This record gives sequence, structure tokens and C-alpha cells, in this order.
Amino acid sequence: MATDGEDTGGRQRGRSCQAEGMVEADANAPLAIEVKGLTKTYGPQVVLRDLDLDLAWGGFLIVFGPNGSGKTTLIKVLATISRPTRGEVRVAGFDMKSNPGAIRRNIGLVTHQPLLYDDLTALENLKFHGRMFGLTNLEERIEKAADLMGVSSYLGRKVSILSHGMQKRLSLARAVLHDPPILLLDEPETGLDQEALEMLGQMMVSGDRGRRTVLMATHSLEKGLALGNQVAILAGGKIAYHEDRALVDEAMFKDTYGHFTGIAS
Amino acid sequence: MTGFWPTVAAVVWKDIQAELRTKDIVISVLAFALLSLIIFNFALRPSPQLTPVVAPGVLWVAFTFAGVLGLTRTFVLEKEQGNLIGLLLTPTSREALYVGKMLGSLFFMLVAEAVLLPVFAVLFNISPFQPGLLLIILMATLGFAAIGTLFSAMAVNTRSREIVLPMLFLPIVVPIIIGAVVASGTALDGGPWSDMVRWFQLIAVFDVLALVFSAFAFEHVLQE
Repeated sequence: MATDGEDTGGRQRGRSCQAEGMVEADANAPLAIEVKGLTKTYGPQVVLRDLDLDLAWGGFLIVFGPNGSGKTTLIKVLATISRPTRGEVRVAGFDMKSNPGAIRRNIGLVTHQPLLYDDLTALENLKFHGRMFGLTNLEERIEKAADLMGVSSYLGRKVSILSHGMQKRLSLARAVLHDPPILLLDEPETGLDQEALEMLGQMMVSGDRGRRTVLMATHSLEKGLALGNQVAILAGGKIAYHEDRALVDEAMFKDTYGHFTGIAS
Repeated sequence: MTGFWPTVAAVVWKDIQAELRTKDIVISVLAFALLSLIIFNFALRPSPQLTPVVAPGVLWVAFTFAGVLGLTRTFVLEKEQGNLIGLLLTPTSREALYVGKMLGSLFFMLVAEAVLLPVFAVLFNISPFQPGLLLIILMATLGFAAIGTLFSAMAVNTRSREIVLPMLFLPIVVPIIIGAVVASGTALDGGPWSDMVRWFQLIAVFDVLALVFSAFAFEHVLQE
């Protein structure tokens, strides 16, 4: 699988983050995300079934799938929130079972929920997140992330009084505060206006330390196809289809999506 | 990995900040516990002879049920808006997250108890400010918070967490409650330290076991 991120991978992986005492992504890891034979069950229900997935450094993979196809479960497993039932998962070169802490250093997650404390102000939320990551230059980082997402003038307000769109922007600022090389996004476009969507596109591809690797799950074909450089379809608990975006025709992809998911797009 | 104590401090401070805004835990706990003390006082009408017999039980009924009420709220804050996921995403040790949440709960329970104790003293006409009693309260509350934080984390993902938490929590803390009631009675009655020592030992052993077990089990409780 060719990706346009491979030429930036060395820069990405060679970044220095010793000042923060952070665990760098494994410089020898050829892939940002490597999943082999991943199975995840909840009781008798098999959500992911022997799933394989590779994503090179700098790649921008959009995972499409209908509701209930396991997109959120896949992202939860990659984010170390959910334990695989079987299979091997490596993120940023680190094994999920033996080194989940190093993986958490290297990922940023955006989900349907904003992951923010309602009763704290936007600034207090970002400060808390920064402290939990042991970040230095926290004020500067907050200012930069808030500027990037256009929430600087809302930092003093309680999250509970912010609009859904502003909460989502703040959530994105939180996700990139520690400048992770890998972003995991679970339908991040929900609740964002056009301006915020453009900011999101910009934020996703460029971090301070180089191009980010992004895995984004969505069921919006139009938005996903506009953003990614690789596309995949999650169906039947597996990656049923995975191709370079450049090789995919939008109209044909809709047919392919319908074929694998049984849903007319 | 972020340092253990900076993580603990960040979690405790975040919980205190949120509580200062909402006062959810302290107000609900205080209202419930004050009401319990007043009802017991009027129901029992304790004479000077009866007070040392019933007062320790009344005190610990109020503290125990108020504690359960407070512990129920401990992880509600984390559950709302998916913050539990946010916490789990941080590259911190799960033991540090546990200790942070536990110390936050301990702090709120001690604040509530500090308010309740003078009221209890007035209603039952006794002096509660005795080193023995204060030490029992501190040790027993630590045990409550240690095991209660773990069960609160378990219960928060259930639909009926207000029922599940007491069902899990109260049978486990029975040794602490018994020890605390008996030792408090001795302290309020002006009994010697030697009579309280074995109850201190019981509570101390429970505290250590609860802290070690809960810190170890916390990650397994939270992760799917």
C-alpha cells in the first residue's frame, strides 16, 4: 500500500520530545498502526473478527462502516481503552499488552463525546489534560491549541455553557495539546461547522513535529472521501476493503460500500 | 510516564475544583447526615445514661450512609461526557488515578464529617473532640474511601448504580463499621486506649488490605 506519508515518516519518527520526558514513537517501527488477527467480543457478541490492518506513518486512513460495524470498538482498542480478546496490536511501534502507556503518549483521540468536564472552564480542562501528560510550557501549548481551534476567547467559560460545536472544537484542542503523532478520530465531523471542519483537516495533517498519522472512522462517505488518502470498509467485523484514495472513484466506491455493507449509499 | 504524585495532585485538584462549583457531593451528604442525626436524636431522646450506648451507633449510621451517598457521586463526574475515557487515555499509572480519586473522596467525606461532628456533639450533649475518637474517624473513613472508590468505579457502568454500590460496599465494610462503633463507644465513654487498640489494629489491617487490593484491581475494573 503506497501512502504519501512515507516520505515524512522519518521526520515524524525522529522527532525529539525529550524535553517533556515523553516516550517517542519507536524509530524502528515501520508502521504507525499494525493489527494482526484482532478479535474483540462482548460476551457472546463478536464485534471484531480476526481483523488485520496496517497503516504507514503519515497515512490518513478513513474507515467507513455502518452503525454497529465495530468502528468505535476498533478505535477503542487502538486507544488502549478496550482490551483485545485475541490478536496483536502495535501502535507507534509499541505493543498494546506490554507498553500501553507509551501508546497513550503517542495518540490523540476524538470521539462522539467531548471528554471534557462540564463544571470546569475550558482552560481548566486543558490544564488538567496537560498536567496528566506532564507537559512543559503548558500555557504556551494551550494558547497555541486554542488558537488553532478558534476557542481562545472561550477559555474562561465553563464547558457546560459552551455550544456543542464549541465543545467539539475544545475537544479537538485537547486531543492535540500533547502534539501526538497519531490521531484516532471517531466521527469527529459530528457537530462541527464548515469553518471548524477546515480547521480539523488542517490540524489532522500537521503537528509541530511533522505530519500526523490519522485513522478516522465515519459513516459519511462524502466527508471521508474528501479528507483521507486511504479508504477502508469495516464490515462483518473485518476490514473488507482497503485501497489508496487516489485509486478510488467516488461513484464506484459508493457501490463497493453498498456491496460490503448491504446498505445503499 | 507522568509522575505518580503529580498525577494524584492533578486528579484531586480537578475533583475539588468541580465540587467547589457544584457542591453536589458535600451538600447532599450533609443534608442526609444532618437529617439522620436529628431524627435519631428525637426518636431516641437519649438520657445521659443511654447516650454512650446509642451515640456511637447513631454517629456511624450517619457517616456510613452519607459516605455511600458521596461515593455514588465519585465517578458520576467521570462518566458524564465520557471523561472516564479521557482519564484512561492519559499515560499515567492506574494506581495514581485510583489514589487521586480515593483521596478526593476521602477529602469530601472528612469535610462532611468535620461539619457533622459538632452538630452530633450538641444534639447528644457529649464532647467528641477526643484524640481516640478523631483517630477512629480518620482511619475508618480512609477504609471507606479506599474500598468505596473501587466499588464506585464498578457501579458507575451499571444502570442502577445507586443500588449496586451499597449492595457491594456495605457487606465488605462491615468489619470497619463494627470496629468503629465499638471503639467510638469506648472513646466517648472515656475508656482506656488499651481497650481500643485491637479495634485500631482491625481497622488498620482493613485499610491496608483495601488500599492494596483496590489499587491493583482498579485498572481491571475500568478497562473493557
